Amino acid sequence: MVFFFDLVIGGLSMGACYALVALAMVIIYKSSEVPNFAQGEMAMISTFVAYTMMDGYGLGFWSAAGITVIFAFLLGAVLEIAFLRPAKDPSVLGLIVITLGAEMILYGLAGWKWGANQNPFPVPFSEYSGFSPGGVMITEINLWAFVTSLFVMLLLFLFFRFTKLGTAMKAVQQNPFAAKAMGIPTRRILTFTWGLSSVTGAVAGMLVAPIATLDPNLMMDPMLKGFAAAVLGGMTSLPGAAAGGYLLGLIENFFGGYVSLEFKSVVAFAVIVVILCVKPSGLFVKHFERKV
Amino acid sequence: MDMKRDYYEDIQLCRSKSVLVATLLLMACLAILPFVAGDYSLYVVNLMAINAIVAIGLNILVGYTGQISLGHAGFFAIGAYSCVLLMIKAGLPFVLALPAAGFVSAFFGFVLGLPSLRLEGPYLAIATLGFGMAVTQIISHAEFTGGHMGVEAPALALGPFVADTGAKQYAVIMAVTVMLSVAAVNLMKTRVGRAFVAIRDSEIAAAAMGINISWFKTLSFAVSAFYTGVAGGLMAFALEHVSAGSFNLILSITFLAMIIVGGLGSVMGSILGAVLLTYLQLKLQVVQEAPVIGPLLLDISNRYFTPEGLPNIQSIVFGAIMIAIVIFEPLGMHGIYLRFKRYWKMWPF
Repeated sequence: MVFFFDLVIGGLSMGACYALVALAMVIIYKSSEVPNFAQGEMAMISTFVAYTMMDGYGLGFWSAAGITVIFAFLLGAVLEIAFLRPAKDPSVLGLIVITLGAEMILYGLAGWKWGANQNPFPVPFSEYSGFSPGGVMITEINLWAFVTSLFVMLLLFLFFRFTKLGTAMKAVQQNPFAAKAMGIPTRRILTFTWGLSSVTGAVAGMLVAPIATLDPNLMMDPMLKGFAAAVLGGMTSLPGAAAGGYLLGLIENFFGGYVSLEFKSVVAFAVIVVILCVKPSGLFVKHFERKV
Repeated sequence: MDMKRDYYEDIQLCRSKSVLVATLLLMACLAILPFVAGDYSLYVVNLMAINAIVAIGLNILVGYTGQISLGHAGFFAIGAYSCVLLMIKAGLPFVLALPAAGFVSAFFGFVLGLPSLRLEGPYLAIATLGFGMAVTQIISHAEFTGGHMGVEAPALALGPFVADTGAKQYAVIMAVTVMLSVAAVNLMKTRVGRAFVAIRDSEIAAAAMGINISWFKTLSFAVSAFYTGVAGGLMAFALEHVSAGSFNLILSITFLAMIIVGGLGSVMGSILGAVLLTYLQLKLQVVQEAPVIGPLLLDISNRYFTPEGLPNIQSIVFGAIMIAIVIFEPLGMHGIYLRFKRYWKMWPF
């Protein structure tokens, strides 16, 4: 039974990272209609910036994290302005190719700048000590990941619900033309959306980095899993994406614990394919047939 | 001009005498090449030809049928492994093993095509991507395929003819490439090819005209996988060794980049894209040896980046090319060619 709860804890903590990446992807997908394949690399670069701030400039963790959030926002905004905006009437494939291109550029830049070295990412939380109610080990880092993800989700919820900017973003997502007619600066809102999504992804990066080791491949796997989680929950639903993230983390950890550790990272995609066969738009979204 | 007056003109392989002459000239050049080029150049040309097969296959799926695939590295791996394993474990000769590898790959393509019937856009992207990841993971963990170590390719023998040098391999690879390219051009002029294009342009309209969407979509996946599988089989012999680690997501993206750069929905474009990107890939790995840019880049690396990370510049260049093509020239190199042709057609008036 203790083993079961250990798996739950590990699954929820990894699921928290997936959920954040999934949220970041859904935020962009809802407004730009493109699965952002560069999401992982954006988060990876941001995490490297945090690392450089701590390692190279000797800043504390929290101030480094603050700078990283600002950097991530600028990075997302710059990518939107530089790559997405100049494309005139691109097809879905064209948009996907643009984000794939951005991914390769960022991946190459990170590899060029920081090499393939594996750097430890220091955080003020321990990987080994924590609480153990009833023999189940909850390390500080697990708790931190879980609480941070919930906190970010709460912030996002409040932002979309109660601020004018959040409402404007929802309006742009629902109908860009009507939003424009109502006087919402849609292009600026899109840029802001990318920034916001990038920040969400960067937080996920800083949660993954202490568990894994920091190298340019850091976010490759979490990004794909986050994407899978977003698809699982439905690409157009924020709560769905979050739930999908936790669910995927749990499924993966249970499979790794009870069935086979070797194929742990494959099971996520197998689950996705099976679920998409049954519900083509994800678990929490109503499926729409496209009209002629 | 491009006006077609009857059905025969629409389906014939060579549109005019000049096209026929140009094709024959190209064939002649390809035939002379092994006698004039060095061993390394032939190795490079072999890689280009193999990538061209993949690009044509991927273009049938993406460019002509309008589906998305980020899992073609998976088919490539299946083709490479099944060709080598069929020869080592089942003792098949190469002539049978290569098409068999294509059909094994096509079978997996057919299977992957089934869930794709209900998926589109990002959902299809993640399903194919997951397939590619899964194939690599399973191959690198299975005993049967030699695990992480991979397998050595046996000697490439066609009866008494053993292709042990670059020139002899070139003969085999180029023959297959030419056959498959002509087959692809031909396929696109048949009922099947036109059904693919109809599905790309409007699925609903195609269905209304009596095209069996499920059959042709899965068929497109299967044909595309067949091409990629055959290319994988050839690649195993060109590199003499296959290991699961090389069939990663980056490879799938590179294949996609080839057809984007070359031009979607064009066999010639696929070949051009494959040739250009393969060349760039090989050159950018040793960019520090380039005449002017090399020292400059090394200087920049030393000052702001790390010199050992310099080969990563390949990803940066590929990414930049992909983005630039989508933004400035969505039809790729094929589009540039078309514009060029139209400009000169009426010259000097």
